[in-house]
Amino acid sequence: MTPAAIVPLGAAGPIIPNYGAGSSSCAVRNHFFCTDWFGHNWGPVLWPALRGHIVLTVVAVAIGFVIAMALALAAHRYRVLEQPTILVTTFLYTIPSLALFELLVAPVGANVYSAEIALVSYTLLILFRNILAGMREVPTEVLDAADGMGMTRTQSLLRVELPLALPAIVAGLRIAVVTTIALATIVYTIYDAGLGVPIHTALGEGPFKTELIAAGGLTILLALVADGLLVLVQRLLTPWARVRGG
Amino acid sequence: MKRRNSAHSEGSPAFAQAAELELRGVSKRYAGQQQPAIHELSLTVPAGEVCVLVGPSGSGKTTTMRLINRMIPLTSGDILLGGRSVLGREPRALRREIGYVIQQVGLFPHQTVAENIATVPRLLGWDRARVVARVQELLDLVGLEGRVLRDRYPAQLSGGQRQRVGVARALAADPPLMLMDEPFGAIDPINRARLQDEFQGLQRKVRKTVVFVTHDIDEAIKMGDRIAILREGGVLAQYDTPAAILSHPADEFVGRFVGADRALKRLALTTVADLDLVAPNGPEGARRVSSATSARDALSMLLLSNGQPLLVVDGQDRVEGMLTMQLLEELVSTEAAGGEPR
Repeated sequence: MTPAAIVPLGAAGPIIPNYGAGSSSCAVRNHFFCTDWFGHNWGPVLWPALRGHIVLTVVAVAIGFVIAMALALAAHRYRVLEQPTILVTTFLYTIPSLALFELLVAPVGANVYSAEIALVSYTLLILFRNILAGMREVPTEVLDAADGMGMTRTQSLLRVELPLALPAIVAGLRIAVVTTIALATIVYTIYDAGLGVPIHTALGEGPFKTELIAAGGLTILLALVADGLLVLVQRLLTPWARVRGG
Repeated sequence: MKRRNSAHSEGSPAFAQAAELELRGVSKRYAGQQQPAIHELSLTVPAGEVCVLVGPSGSGKTTTMRLINRMIPLTSGDILLGGRSVLGREPRALRREIGYVIQQVGLFPHQTVAENIATVPRLLGWDRARVVARVQELLDLVGLEGRVLRDRYPAQLSGGQRQRVGVARALAADPPLMLMDEPFGAIDPINRARLQDEFQGLQRKVRKTVVFVTHDIDEAIKMGDRIAILREGGVLAQYDTPAAILSHPADEFVGRFVGADRALKRLALTTVADLDLVAPNGPEGARRVSSATSARDALSMLLLSNGQPLLVVDGQDRVEGMLTMQLLEELVSTEAAGGEPR
């Protein structure tokens, strides 16, 4: 455990602790959710944590997507690469997340790089399998027609295979994004960023509920919004996927 | 980039119209296989004619078709399109010059009808206005009401409409040669007959050289100006007009393949008007038959009149001559009458 992860003792004492700016009567009485506390802490605590969480997620999924796409294109062309890639990415996926974060601290340091390396490694299996499955699903007669009409391999890939794989690719991205948003809440163990920070603070604050609900709620909300945005993007990019029969 | 002059500018087909296709001693042998898939196949398809490749499975019909556009490399021999060997051509450029239609159509599901038809023109780098105009022209040509259908996706079309779009797509760059692999094989019998008729009408307008693959001898007889019957191992059993094949099958294999009713099939190719009728001197009150009747139906009527000659009349009920059983017998045993490629 890094120093940042050590739970401050005494926080759960009988004295009403300082819950940060805006320790109102609501906070003192520890109601279910104190909107005034939320309002006072949005700027200094919650928004930076949320913003950091978004950056962690977007960077991880973007890098993971580029790597997974390269791996999938390679495995699509050279089938022998598929099983080794699945083996390695599955292995990465099964490493317990807390352990992976700690393992990376020694070689890389307790910093953003360790955090991103860990997050990226968890996206690879999902993205690789979905991209490859999407490209494999393209009907053989469609590929035959593309070939017979004189498309080059690259033209076939860019104009036919990847567009047709889009629904599967976006499905993979949705899982990867939601998974990464959830995982990024434990980045706080090695690096001071993300919604995991206020969640961890809240857990150390004993009975005080508002911060836990606010930070946890923001995590869930972020996942739902991100997922919804991806659904919207897919609908815009694949109008053909919605039409079925006359 | 403007490409107004059509004939020989870069990116447009090297052939304005149909081109003759010649296969010279073409063989295909797959590595590790004893039997060749195609053995010493030689045949010439005159420009603007439909050549049907027909035969049982394993006779190499589809393989032959794919040798022509070099989707499969040949082992030996040569293929000439418009007198020019396809072996010296860049395969992608060659394929853009050859229309390609397959049984499952293979329309791109993510593209609209218009986008599908525009595939090859876009690969050839036509400018936008020319592509749009060509798409409209083709939609009209294959009988699809343009405005309604052009922006639909393949999933919204019926099987017959999809096949028409497939044909339009293959015709888009006005290729000198069309390859069609069982194009109507996946369509129900009623719509298949209609699509066959439509394609015949279309072919009369566009006059392409067509290589048409089917396993159905009736379709071959209907669609082909010439029929190449292949046997297992890719050996050419007979290459001739439908009438000649039905009248004189080259061997027992062809005879079995065209069927025991080959005489009837031969009669069906001809109308009574095509026959050299005998002078009308028969008994009064003989049965009448319209000269537009097929010889096959006329035979049926002859049988029903106990072999008594029929009085042949034209549309205005004017007598043209007499039809006797002997005339029909002569027809099924000679190659001459009615054997003209349609």
